[in-house]
Amino acid sequence: MEILILLLALFVLSLFLGVELITKVPPTLHTPLMSGTNAVSGITLVGALLAAGSETSPMLVNVLGFLAVTFATINVIGGYLVTNRMLSMFKRK
Amino acid sequence: MSSSIVNLVYLFAGVLFILGIKGLTKPSTAVRGNMLSAIGMLVAVVITLLNSEVVNFTYIIAGVLFGGAVGAFMALRIQMTSMPQMVALLNGFGGGASLTIASAEYFSVLNIEAQSFSDLLAPVALDANAFGLGAEGQVTLVSIGLTILIGAVTLTGSLVAFAKLQGLIKKNFGLPGGPVGNALLFIGALAALVCIVINPSQAVTVLALVALALLLGLFLVLPIGGADMPVVIALLNSYSGLAAALAGFILGNTVLIVAGSLVGTSGLILTKIMCVAMNRSLGNVLFGKMAATGEVVDADEIYAGKVTSAQPDEVAMMLEVAKRVVIVPGYGMAMAQAQHAVRELADSIESRGIEVEYGIHPVAGRMPGHMNVLLAEAEVPYDKLVEMDRINPTFEETDVVIVIGANDVTNPMAREAEGSPIYGMPILNVDKAKNVVVIKRSLSPGFAGLPNPLFAMDHTLMVYGDGKKAVVEMTTALNQS
Repeated sequence: MEILILLLALFVLSLFLGVELITKVPPTLHTPLMSGTNAVSGITLVGALLAAGSETSPMLVNVLGFLAVTFATINVIGGYLVTNRMLSMFKRK
Repeated sequence: MSSSIVNLVYLFAGVLFILGIKGLTKPSTAVRGNMLSAIGMLVAVVITLLNSEVVNFTYIIAGVLFGGAVGAFMALRIQMTSMPQMVALLNGFGGGASLTIASAEYFSVLNIEAQSFSDLLAPVALDANAFGLGAEGQVTLVSIGLTILIGAVTLTGSLVAFAKLQGLIKKNFGLPGGPVGNALLFIGALAALVCIVINPSQAVTVLALVALALLLGLFLVLPIGGADMPVVIALLNSYSGLAAALAGFILGNTVLIVAGSLVGTSGLILTKIMCVAMNRSLGNVLFGKMAATGEVVDADEIYAGKVTSAQPDEVAMMLEVAKRVVIVPGYGMAMAQAQHAVRELADSIESRGIEVEYGIHPVAGRMPGHMNVLLAEAEVPYDKLVEMDRINPTFEETDVVIVIGANDVTNPMAREAEGSPIYGMPILNVDKAKNVVVIKRSLSPGFAGLPNPLFAMDHTLMVYGDGKKAVVEMTTALNQS
């Protein structure tokens, strides 16, 4: 139960940190912000790897894990690449 | 490898994510920020693969290769005008990942070798503490249920948003009873969730939850129209983060919680910014129609005999003698792919020593920041893209405003006509400028379905036709004079 409280604390503090960080992002970067945070939410890849890669699990779990890895990888690769593509277009005169 | 090392590396990855988002607070540091964030991701993935729990690489390699190819293809081929569709799809995949992880976690505890669908439905004998001791087990089950619910809603909701943005679904329709139908789906999903927590051995309740949540996502977004998409995309972005954070609670994984909650707040803040910019509550965007109160304004009455139209070369003559010009783009500019033509016109105006800036309304386009990305693609320097609050006081000293493909965000009724559906919505006060040029196909109303008195004002000229063509003609005329 203590671990759960710790995780909850981490969650709540991260929410506050998120508010502080994101409110400082200028409107001109809001689209790259969305695609960039999309890439970050691809961190679910970590959980997906654990599900897809465990030997002892039944087939169904591995298949769900495969789907999860696929979805999350699209997010990570697609998200970072497209964000980079957009950001490199933002130039000062 | 010991779990403390793994967790320390996760902490390091989390720090890189935070620094990455911090980099996005300035255009000059944004590229580096994105890199830092990507490095954080790589570190987290590598340490997970080195973890002894991961032994079977077949599914992993297949998934990474397939997903990586799809992601890279989409990212490198997508047109900047289609960026809202891309973000909608990415949101959906994020939700899908969380949904499948939570389901995988559930079925790995159930540990059934299902040969057929009916095997899945049979209840299994389950240890009372299979998901953890006492309250911990219940928290895990609640997390699994919520992750499935939010992940599935995000998945189908985003796919509908994508289909609408892409023009595959043109009609807006919902369940009979509107919000009531959605409420019933939601209550059904919650009931399934409660059943899972009380008796986790029935896989059928999990399947019911998945089905109800998928339907809910579908019918939540189907009734919502195009111009409200910025809110929907921002909200789904938030959901995809929230689902990732909840998946972190299932797995007891710190980096998922940190990254997920950052994304969750980011989406929520953008949602709020979009709602404020439309002067509507989130509930009104999701469940309401634009309020049709007040007397119906007759378009003919406003426009009759008062609209002046002009040819591009007449506009060019006006631009020649201007000192300051502001360009106001809207979704129509994206539709006409006119961003490069607009930049060339601006170059031509500037070469005469005339000041040019761009006035960007927060909800111009189909997602937050849509116009900025398009103009950045056309190599417009970002310091020329001025947000609403800073550009509005300058309109009185502006000689010519060129409105291209924007309508409702310039409608003075929002400021003046109390009782109008858009009354109170912050707008770009382009009517305060000395001259206004509106490039538009016809006098047809915008998303709000209202006539725009701006078009009938004495100092407004309408240039009818395709946005790109009209702008190119203006540039040519200006260069020749």
